[in-house]
Amino acid sequence: MLEIKNLHVKLEDEEKQILKGVDLKVEAGKVHAIMGPNGSGKSTLSYVLSGRDGYEVTEGSAELEGEDILELEPEERAAAGMFLAFQYPVEIPGVGNMTFLRTAVNAQRKARGEEELSASDFLKEVRAKAKTLKIDAEMLKRPVNVGFSGGEKKRNEILQMAMLEPKLCILDETDSGLDVDAMKLVADGVNALRDEGRGFLVITHYQRLLDHIKPDVVHILANGRIVKTGGPELALEVENNGYAGILAEEA
Amino acid sequence: MALAEVKQSATQARLMALTLPESGCLKAARQAALSRVQTMGLPSRRDEYWKYTKPDTLVQAEAPKAAVFHAEEDPMFNAFERLNIVFVDGVFDAEASDDLDLEGLTIDRIEDICCKDIHWAKDLYGVLEARGQTPVERPLAALNTAFATDGVAIRVTGKVSKPINFTYVHSDENSDAILHHVIRVESGAEVTVLENGPAASRFNKCMEIDIADGGKLHLVRAQGRDHERRAATHLFARLGKESVFKSFTLTVNGVLTRNEAVIELTGDDAVAHIAGACVGDGDFHHDDTVFITHDAVNCESRQVFKKVLRNGATGVFQGKILVKEGAQKTDGYQISQSLLLDEDSQFLAKPELEIYADDVACSHGSTSGAIDEEGLFYLRSRGVDKADATDLMTLAFLAEAVDEIEDPEIAADIVSRLEGWLARRR
Repeated sequence: MLEIKNLHVKLEDEEKQILKGVDLKVEAGKVHAIMGPNGSGKSTLSYVLSGRDGYEVTEGSAELEGEDILELEPEERAAAGMFLAFQYPVEIPGVGNMTFLRTAVNAQRKARGEEELSASDFLKEVRAKAKTLKIDAEMLKRPVNVGFSGGEKKRNEILQMAMLEPKLCILDETDSGLDVDAMKLVADGVNALRDEGRGFLVITHYQRLLDHIKPDVVHILANGRIVKTGGPELALEVENNGYAGILAEEA
Repeated sequence: MALAEVKQSATQARLMALTLPESGCLKAARQAALSRVQTMGLPSRRDEYWKYTKPDTLVQAEAPKAAVFHAEEDPMFNAFERLNIVFVDGVFDAEASDDLDLEGLTIDRIEDICCKDIHWAKDLYGVLEARGQTPVERPLAALNTAFATDGVAIRVTGKVSKPINFTYVHSDENSDAILHHVIRVESGAEVTVLENGPAASRFNKCMEIDIADGGKLHLVRAQGRDHERRAATHLFARLGKESVFKSFTLTVNGVLTRNEAVIELTGDDAVAHIAGACVGDGDFHHDDTVFITHDAVNCESRQVFKKVLRNGATGVFQGKILVKEGAQKTDGYQISQSLLLDEDSQFLAKPELEIYADDVACSHGSTSGAIDEEGLFYLRSRGVDKADATDLMTLAFLAEAVDEIEDPEIAADIVSRLEGWLARRR
């Protein structure tokens, strides 16, 4: 599904190398978790994969189902099946959440040569999916993320994910700012999307999210490289010993 | 030549090109307006009030030529049930207009005010304009009162079932139109007025609106899509007790537009909202100049102006809220914002507050900025391409102004047209 080879990334405006040779392969149907201390490059990895400005790839490659995605525009990556659930979902005053969702769904369908969803089909689908995420009609009407609580924003991200049905979902610290109940709701939403044809890359500081979204593989990212890969037990090790213990071990 | 002389000779040159219409009972009003023009002189770019907008082409004797734009779409507001009043290059077109007969109001041409002895119109014509000359001079409005060649007098006495729609057709590339409308909304009466079209190569329009206690008037106008046209418009409104006046103006294209609004809240608990959205590309200069006077207790005023500018377009906002002594519990709000889509465009804003009462809430803000990159990336990351995402963000920027339109169908019509225009401009 996703194959990253020897990825080196620096900031565009500064001589600061952030990723220093990341190798990672996420298979369809699998959930990979990336954990790591602050500043290890976790968010950079998610931004580079989704095509945000400000980063420069100096070496290496990233392919989604064999297609080099690093040369694509963000919207082309989305159409190719990539989805990033933002750590800080952006507020867009003046754009209704529903309009936004519909524009996005239809833009992707169009890019893939599929027919646009009719207004009534769209409405039916969005309502059903919103309901399972406890997103009410009022939230759908409001401008995108404006005045949403932390939990509402994250649920809204998962709703977009559910509507867009991406092949690869990247969740960037989706647990940040969530209380236990909200985290469970979000995790249930993600678990409902787990599917043989879909890969997940779950980025998190803490093990607690992984109690709800059970990973198949756990990677530890530190100083721009993946320093350790293991099963779900690796996340527990982080929880018990902290990153320092693992990093010392690997040094 | 001294400055005053330059101004004087420019004024004379303009006046020489005009003739005072024969107008019986309005003669005194027109003569008085003419002497106001002669005393003030027409605007020059040295005038403080014209610091950001060059008045030259609005003042010069001949109207600059302006090509007629042929839109492939249905004119704005055509889809609505309405009473249509058509002016072609500033001349009333009876053939094209609907029958001027509708329950709840009377409509007459200003040339008939005297022969039909319409007292209220005679007593209103030029009066609000004259009041609006202090504390700031508006010579082009006085010029209009003196020389207007056409226009209508509308008296609203009830709740009118459908909007009055002015269609201003531009058909001659050398046209120079001066129109003057007077509208009186009687106590408890309600009407919606729509205006659409560029009207002429050069358009000087004055609208005097007098709203009695409890009356309501909603005004929505669109200034056409002609690129080369010029316009100086004045809106004078006086609001009685518990009356409501709401106005929204949409401007796309036009090399020069100066829209002045002078609003006086003279009765307690009156509400005045005035909003504008403009989209300018290239050779485009758009100026909103607003003066709101609170002269009664517990009135609310709201100014919301949004401008999208690119390719060297210029936007100007001069907005003032004057709260007179004793106008307690005033609630005044003013926001002017520009979205600059490139580095060549500019927005010049002069927000002003002048307050002589001590128990008021007034706020104002003005911002200028580029499109929000974060938002743009967010939309693109969901699969919306860059051009569509930019348009979506642009419409979102204009939304606060469009939201001021009371009628959701009219607002939806405006939004859908904006969507189309933005998409076509890429």
